[in-house]
Amino acid sequence: MSRRGRFVTGGLVIAAAIAYLIWSGVSQSVVYFVTPSELLAAPAPSKTYRLGGMVQAGSLTWEPKSLDLSFTLGDGKASVPVRHKGAPPDLFAEGRGAVVEGSWTKDGYFKASLILAKHSEEYKAPHDGAQPGYKELMKSLRGDGK
Amino acid sequence: MIPELGYGATVAAFVLALWGAVAAAMSARTGRAALLRSGERAAVGAWALITACIALMLYAFLTFDFSVHYVAINTNRGTPFYYRITALWGALEGSIILWSWMLSIYTLIVVIQYRRRQAELYPWVLSVMLGILAFFLLVMTIPAPPFERLTPIPADGRGLNPLLQDSGMITHPIALYLGFTGFTVPFAFAIAALIVGRTGEEWITITRRWTIIAWYFLALGLLIGGWWSYHVLGWGGYWAWDPVENAAFMPFLTATAFLHSVMVQERRRMLKLWNLSLIILTFGLTIFGTFLTRSGIIGSVHSFTQGSIGVFFLAFLALVLLGSFSLLASRVERLRAEGVLDSVVSRESAFLLNNLFLVAAAFTVFFGTVFPLISEAVRGVKISVGAPFFNLVNIPVFLALLFLMGVGPLIAWRRASAENLKRNFLKPVLAGIITGIIAQATLRLFGMGNVLVVTVMALVVFVAGTIALDYFRAVRARRRSGDGWLAATWNLLLRQNRRYGGFIVHLGILVIALGVAGSQAWSVQKEVTLDKGQSTELAGYQVRFDGLSASEESNHGKVTGAFTVTNGRAGTHMLYPAKKFYPQEQTPIAAVDYRLGFFEDIYLVLGDFASDGSHATVKLQVNRMVSWLWLGGVVLTLGAALAILPDARRPA
Repeated sequence: MSRRGRFVTGGLVIAAAIAYLIWSGVSQSVVYFVTPSELLAAPAPSKTYRLGGMVQAGSLTWEPKSLDLSFTLGDGKASVPVRHKGAPPDLFAEGRGAVVEGSWTKDGYFKASLILAKHSEEYKAPHDGAQPGYKELMKSLRGDGK
Repeated sequence: MIPELGYGATVAAFVLALWGAVAAAMSARTGRAALLRSGERAAVGAWALITACIALMLYAFLTFDFSVHYVAINTNRGTPFYYRITALWGALEGSIILWSWMLSIYTLIVVIQYRRRQAELYPWVLSVMLGILAFFLLVMTIPAPPFERLTPIPADGRGLNPLLQDSGMITHPIALYLGFTGFTVPFAFAIAALIVGRTGEEWITITRRWTIIAWYFLALGLLIGGWWSYHVLGWGGYWAWDPVENAAFMPFLTATAFLHSVMVQERRRMLKLWNLSLIILTFGLTIFGTFLTRSGIIGSVHSFTQGSIGVFFLAFLALVLLGSFSLLASRVERLRAEGVLDSVVSRESAFLLNNLFLVAAAFTVFFGTVFPLISEAVRGVKISVGAPFFNLVNIPVFLALLFLMGVGPLIAWRRASAENLKRNFLKPVLAGIITGIIAQATLRLFGMGNVLVVTVMALVVFVAGTIALDYFRAVRARRRSGDGWLAATWNLLLRQNRRYGGFIVHLGILVIALGVAGSQAWSVQKEVTLDKGQSTELAGYQVRFDGLSASEESNHGKVTGAFTVTNGRAGTHMLYPAKKFYPQEQTPIAAVDYRLGFFEDIYLVLGDFASDGSHATVKLQVNRMVSWLWLGGVVLTLGAALAILPDARRPA
C-alpha cells in the first residue's frame, strides 16, 4: 500500500470508530418526549422518557420531611400520576407546564428522576396577584424574625 | 426622539457598510485608490454610527425612556444602575447592536493595521468585513430593530430577566462576542486570499494571530459562562451540553484545530485546503451558533423567541457556506501540498490526528445538538440526546487529545527516530504510568478510586512531564551561555513566545481537565428538610439551619436562610442561600450561597420552606475541584497572551 493509502486508511478507521461511538451513543442515550396520552397508550416500564404536560390543579402534594413530591401531569385527554424525591423546583407550580424525566413503574405511576420546569422567555408585566401569598409570606417571616 | 435617531443611525450605518463593501471590491478589481479610500471612510462612518446607537441606547436605559420598546421590556424603575448598563445586551436586539459594534471595531483595526500593507489582499478583506457588517446591520434594520417605538409609553418597564442580574453579565457576553466576531478577520483574509489566488504563506501568519485572539476571547467567554452557570443557576454544575453552550463550543473546537494544523502549513507547506476549510467552517459555525440560539428553535435563557430572524441567519449562513466553498473548489489547483507525509510517527501526523479528533468532537456536538431538531422535523418524534450522549462520545476523544497534547510538541517533524522517541517520551511516559498506579492505590484507600480520573491524572502527568523536560533542556542550554535560571526562563518566554505560550495554554488545559474529571467523579450532594436548629452532615460538613428572614430589595423581595456550616478543617462560618421574588416573574428565583475552596466548595441552595420559618428544605453540595477550572482559565489566559505577542524570535 502506498504511504498516502496508509494514511487514508488510518483516517478512515478512526472516522469509523468515531461514527460507531456516535451511533452507540445515540442508541443508548436517546430519550423520547411523550405526552400523558402517548405514555398511557403503550406504557413500557423501565424505559426512560421525558413526559410533558400540565401540572393538574389540586394534584400537588409535598411532604417536606420525607421529601416526597407527587402530582399529576395531564394533557387534556389523559393524566399520569408522577412521584419524585426532592423539593419542587422554583419554576414549578400547579397549572403550569412541566417536563419530567424518568420511567413508568409496574405499580402504575411515573417515577421522575428529574423535573424540568418550563421557563417562559416572555416576561410578564408586573401585576397584582402575581405570586399569590407572597406578601403574607414576607409579613409572616418578618414577624417570626423579630 | 431616541427611537427615530437610533433607527436613522442604523439605516445610515447599513447604507455606509454596504457601500463600503462594494467600493472596496470595485477598487480591488479596478485598482482605483479613491474607491478604496471611500470604502475606508465608510467603515469609519459605520463604526461612528453604531457607536452612536450604543450611546443612544445607554442613554435611554439610564433615563428610563420607556418610549423605546427594548428599554421598556428589559428594565424597570427598580433596576439598579449597573444592570441598566448590562441590560443593553440582555436580550436579542441589544445584543445585535453589541455584535455589530464589535465587528465594526475589528474592521477599524484591520483598516489601521493593513491599509499600507497587504496591498493585494487588503481591499478584499475590507470588502468582506464590511459585507458581513452590512448583514448584521440589516438584521438591526428589519427583523430585530432595537429602537422600535412603544406607544402608549408605559409608566414603568417590565424589568431585566433576574437570571441576568449578575456581575458575569458584563464580562461573559463581551468576551464571547469578541470571540465570535473576531473570527470574521481570519475568514475575511481567507476569502481575500482565495479571490486573489494568492495562497502563499504570509496571510496565514496574519490569520493565525487573529485566530488566537478570537480563540482566546471565546475560551474566556466559555469559562465565564461556566462560572455564571455555577454560581447563578443553582444546580451546582458549570456545563450541561445545552445547545447554547454547544453553539459556542463548536467554533472553539474547529479554531483549536486550525491553530494546530496551521503549524503544519507554515513548516511543511501542506494542508492548505484543509486550513482554509477550517477557517470557513469556524466562521460558519459562529453564524450557525447565532442562528441556533437566536432563532427560537431551541428554548433556553439565551434564545429570545423572534419571528423572522432565524430565516435571515439561515439564508446568510447558506450564502456564506456556498460562496466560500465554491470559491475554494475553484482554487483547488493552487492549493496542492508541496510537502508530503513521510511517516506515521511524526509531528505532522500527530497534528493530523489532533485535527481529526477536534473536528470529530465538533461534529459530535453538532450532531447531538441538531439531531433532536431533525428527528422532530423529519419523523415528527420529539427526542433529546442529553448529556450522557455527549459524555459517552466525547470522553474517549478528549482523552486521545490529552495524549496527543504530550506527543505533538516534542515528536520530530517528518519522521521520528527511535532515539528521538526515547529521549523525549520515555521519562514522561514512565512518570504518567507510575502516577496512575500510585494514584489508583491511594485513592482506593479512601474509597475514591475512579478509573477515569486516574487515567486523566496519568495523562496530565505525562503531558506536564514532556513540557517540563523541554523547558529544562532549553533552560540548561541557555545557562551554558551564562544566563541565570530566571533570565534564561524570561528569554525563553519572550524569544520563543509562540512555543512557550502554547505550552502554558496546554498547562491551563491540564488544570481544567483535572478540575472536570475530579468534579464529575467526586462531587456529592444531598437534599434534606431541616427544622429550625436542626443539623445535618455531608462529607465532613455539619450544616445547621438557623432560621429565615425576609427583606425588600430595590426591585425584588428576598427570603434568606441562615445556615451555620462547621467543618473540622475549615472552622465555622455562615452561609445565606436565598430565594428572590421578582414582581415580573411568577415563581421565585434561587440565589445560592457557597464557600469556594481549592479542593472543595460547599454550596447551598434554598428550596421550599415553611412560611413561618419553622423548617426549610435545602440542597447541600460538596463540589470537588471546581476551582481548578477557574484556576486553569487564568493559566490559559496568560499563555494565550504570550502567544499573541509579536513573534520576537530573531532569525538565527
